[in-house]
Amino acid sequence: MRREIPMIITAVVGFVFLIQYFIPHYPFSQLNNWFSDWFSIIGACAIWLGALNLMKISFDKVYRKGRDWGYSIVIIVSFILIVVIGFTGGESFRDFGTKFDWLYQWIYTPLSATMFALLAFFVASASYRAFRARNLEATLLLIAAFFVMIGRVPVGDAIAGIIHLPEVIYPSKVASWIMNYINGAGQRAIMIGIALGIVSTSLRIILGIERAHLGGE
Amino acid sequence: MKYYCIRFSILVFLIFFAAAPASIAQEATNTTMAVDTLAQAPPDVTPVMAKNVTVRDNPDDGGGSIRIDWDLSVDDHEGGKITAYRVLRSEAGTDDYVVVGDAPAGKSEFVDNAVTDGIEYLYKVAAINELKRNGEVIWSVMSDSDPIGPVKSSAQWFNMQRINVFVGTVFVCLAIFFFIQKAKSGQDLYIRKIAGLESVDEAVGRATEMGRKILFVPGINDMDNVQTIAGVAILGRVAQLAAEYETQIEVPVSRSLVMITAKEIVKESYSKAGRPDAFNEDQVHYITDDQFGYAAAIDGIIVRDKPATIFYMGAFFAESLIMAETGNSIGAIQIAGTGQPSQLPFFVASCDYTLIGEELFAASAYLSREPRLLGSIKGQDVAKAAILISIIIGVILETFSIYQFSNFFRVIGE
Repeated sequence: MRREIPMIITAVVGFVFLIQYFIPHYPFSQLNNWFSDWFSIIGACAIWLGALNLMKISFDKVYRKGRDWGYSIVIIVSFILIVVIGFTGGESFRDFGTKFDWLYQWIYTPLSATMFALLAFFVASASYRAFRARNLEATLLLIAAFFVMIGRVPVGDAIAGIIHLPEVIYPSKVASWIMNYINGAGQRAIMIGIALGIVSTSLRIILGIERAHLGGE
Repeated sequence: MKYYCIRFSILVFLIFFAAAPASIAQEATNTTMAVDTLAQAPPDVTPVMAKNVTVRDNPDDGGGSIRIDWDLSVDDHEGGKITAYRVLRSEAGTDDYVVVGDAPAGKSEFVDNAVTDGIEYLYKVAAINELKRNGEVIWSVMSDSDPIGPVKSSAQWFNMQRINVFVGTVFVCLAIFFFIQKAKSGQDLYIRKIAGLESVDEAVGRATEMGRKILFVPGINDMDNVQTIAGVAILGRVAQLAAEYETQIEVPVSRSLVMITAKEIVKESYSKAGRPDAFNEDQVHYITDDQFGYAAAIDGIIVRDKPATIFYMGAFFAESLIMAETGNSIGAIQIAGTGQPSQLPFFVASCDYTLIGEELFAASAYLSREPRLLGSIKGQDVAKAAILISIIIGVILETFSIYQFSNFFRVIGE
């Protein structure tokens, strides 16, 4: 029964989700919202399982003095601090000027921004590897990337104007053509494949053929 | 004290009731003043009314709305006498018209979403010409149409605007069913080799040889995303191989429900491999729901533990490159799979193998070689061929200005 009950629930919910798209009549028009609400409630309750798991592993590490246990202390202190301040802040704990807001503005936001900013450096290193002209495909990629990059900045068209290039091959025009036609066509092909993959996987799950996510074959 | 409280309550009660009529009177005075200040409209500004007003139940909806259409007044043009059309509604049998809303000049339709199913209504459309200054109406004139109706709203049992989606869905489902049945009958189905999935064994073997762990990252979305389900389906196969090779596997997750599911899958895989005792609950652990917090934690694990093999399977966003480049920097063999088209180039640049879109969803069938699952992949391919043919036909017909075929694929009312 451990597998059958989740399979039945999945089948019923999946089928209802499918048909509610075509039936605007009540109660089908509301089922999508109801199921989404239930998922949010279950997800919100389950977050405690995650939080408790994080604390258990961190406390274990500190207790056993495992490798890099100092990081676990940071996790425990941060977790307790934000939870206590959040719970003791009342209903308006997220308002401007509260302690929670201060932590959010001056600790959480800069940390997130730092991680996001790393992306710029990683894009540079990944581009360097991807655009090396090792073979024909990589060379074409390099040429396309050159035009797209130079076409996205004003200096590209400025240089083209100075050397009197015909307007039709201005970098901005070439970049737009590459993005709209070559890149657009490729992206759409991938998206059609993804959409069909989602339909196929969903159908397998609804019919109970796909059980790998339940621990079965 | 109690006596004092009662006296105070009575006092507040009296003050409230003494003040209420005064405030109502004040409102009434204000309204009267607003009406009094309306200036006399100049002559010849009254617009010609809207013609051919029609009302009908709004089609393809869940009820509770009526659609009103009209032909634009002859005065509705640039510099004309129309500033808006006002829609008025009354229940049939009464003459109490209430204003439902305004449609700006140039619009010839209005949907009234505030009606009750089953009740009959009458409608009027008034062409309005009014002069406003600083938001205040200086003068206003209007000419009503005749009452139209009765009409009542009702809910429909099928959204005809989505008939094309329905036909497409039925076709895809039938194709998949057909090939599932074919596969069940024992017919051999050819599925092309997917390099990323062929290399799973090699990647797990490499980790075993190097004596380092395998890291499996199932994306940052929850279990309601099909990509996450496809990702954790691959986890089962990887965990089973890891258990057979006695290699440690770590699954840090960003959602609690994914943690519960992944734990079950890894536990089951260890049992299948005949090594249930080797399963450790802490192999699958929660980190955080936060996108960049999760990315930072994964980067930390990669840099500190230096796993030999890293799998990224599921839904990824901006964090994909941050994690994949860190994995690349330590020389790990990396296999990624996602249905996010915008993240695929990053994975292609940073990982050894990438499952592009549909390959991720085919992975479970490909790895298990279960005939029914393989049949569904074949059915999916047939649907893809049908879409390809439709695109070619549509392009040819559009080239010759025939738009009916491509219009069939347009979904209205999204």
